[in-house]
Amino acid sequence: MRSGDAVTTARTALLVAGKDLRIEWASRVAVNQVLPFSIIVMVMFAFALDRLPGVPGLEDTILETVAPGLVWLATLFSLLILVQRSFGVEADDGALDALRVAGVEPAALFWGKTLALVAQLAVLELLLLLTALVLYGTSVRPSGVLLLVVTWIAATFGLAAVGTLYGGLAVGTRGRETLLPLLVLPVVAPVLIGATRAVEAALGTGGTELADGWPWLGVVGVFAVAFGAGGTLAFGPLIDE
Amino acid sequence: MASDTGTGTRATRLLGAAALVGVAWLLAFGLGFSPRDRDQAESVRLLYVHVPSAWLAYLAFIVTAVASALYLFRRQHSLGWDRLAGASAEVGVLFMAITLVTGALWGRLTWGVFWEWDARLTTTAFLFVTYVGYLAVRRLGGTHEQRARRSAVLALLAVLEIPLVHWSVRLWRSLHQEATVARPDGDVKMDGLMLFTLFVGIVAFTLIYAWLVIHRQRTLAAEDALDDRGLDAAIASRRADAEAVG
Repeated sequence: MRSGDAVTTARTALLVAGKDLRIEWASRVAVNQVLPFSIIVMVMFAFALDRLPGVPGLEDTILETVAPGLVWLATLFSLLILVQRSFGVEADDGALDALRVAGVEPAALFWGKTLALVAQLAVLELLLLLTALVLYGTSVRPSGVLLLVVTWIAATFGLAAVGTLYGGLAVGTRGRETLLPLLVLPVVAPVLIGATRAVEAALGTGGTELADGWPWLGVVGVFAVAFGAGGTLAFGPLIDE
Repeated sequence: MASDTGTGTRATRLLGAAALVGVAWLLAFGLGFSPRDRDQAESVRLLYVHVPSAWLAYLAFIVTAVASALYLFRRQHSLGWDRLAGASAEVGVLFMAITLVTGALWGRLTWGVFWEWDARLTTTAFLFVTYVGYLAVRRLGGTHEQRARRSAVLALLAVLEIPLVHWSVRLWRSLHQEATVARPDGDVKMDGLMLFTLFVGIVAFTLIYAWLVIHRQRTLAAEDALDDRGLDAAIASRRADAEAVG
């Protein structure tokens, strides 16, 4: 690819991302439905897990202990809905075909949709973390902020890339609503494991050392790079009809 | 296609007969001639099903990946490679299910639990779910070429995914305590006859795998041909309708 093409690809990707975000902003589905859904999931977790009966001194700490994992689980559930939504708007009226006919490169399309998902997920995760601070009694320590922020960025990119890749796979076919979780959840397991441990270290959950978190960030980072590259290459053959 | 009535040929019948002989041998050695284990007693005989089926499942998924790559990167985009990939994945999922079930039973007998959150077990479970998803994608519909391209890309993405899952799960386990029960692979000193029986098992299962994949691949080809013929017939009848009206 020539360098001029890379610039065009990046510019097209930003245009696609802008288009997706404007659609979201106009329809308010993410704000009015996905966000309340993720908050109610956090509340349901609290109903299911709030006490550890019979362990003196630890009775009320279980939610605080598992908070990082719950934040990421709620993120994964919301990711599935956001991906359905992201490709739902493309399937209507053959919008995806129109984009392809208009000469939009698959790589630009992939990155555009990924970036739009990144923006939505990033906001959602931040609000989920705030929810955990309020509802679960979690607290952020100043020394962990850097690890927290880097994990937040890397995990969001990884999740958005996988979501876009597998969302594009089943676009416009029957049964994709039920297929997407089956495909996506096993793939994002490394992000759930890595990001949960990294956030535990950043928050100091259960006395975890901050230094323990960085290798876990490595897992998440490698994952994001692998699926970013994989998506760039594979998205064309996937959506090409 | 060998005949109009089935997917068998002389070669596959020979292969099937060889597989049957292999299974008979495996039964004789696995249940009869091979000795009891000092620690695990009779339950060690699960080894002769568990290990060959795990081995074959991995082989099947490698065949799927290679056939998918051949479909995508060869110029002809031959659907034969796609059907080989699909047939191999189906048989692989079957063997992986056998591996998980026999493993859980064996685990209950030797470790006292059906499931242990060990890295290898967890990766195996992920592998199983991943290929169940792959088979679901093959049934999404669309043209044969759409199916072939989609599933080929997915099979190659699985090659990317599985090492990542394995790596992260291994790291995940390293934070927790080591398993305290004896690992079957760690302390089994293989007796010569046991090793031979295991070898018989692997040969027998490989023959079964080859036989199943060949037949399944031919069935898939027949299904595709039937689809094409149905489409041709539908087009012809619409044409006839149009002419009758015109």
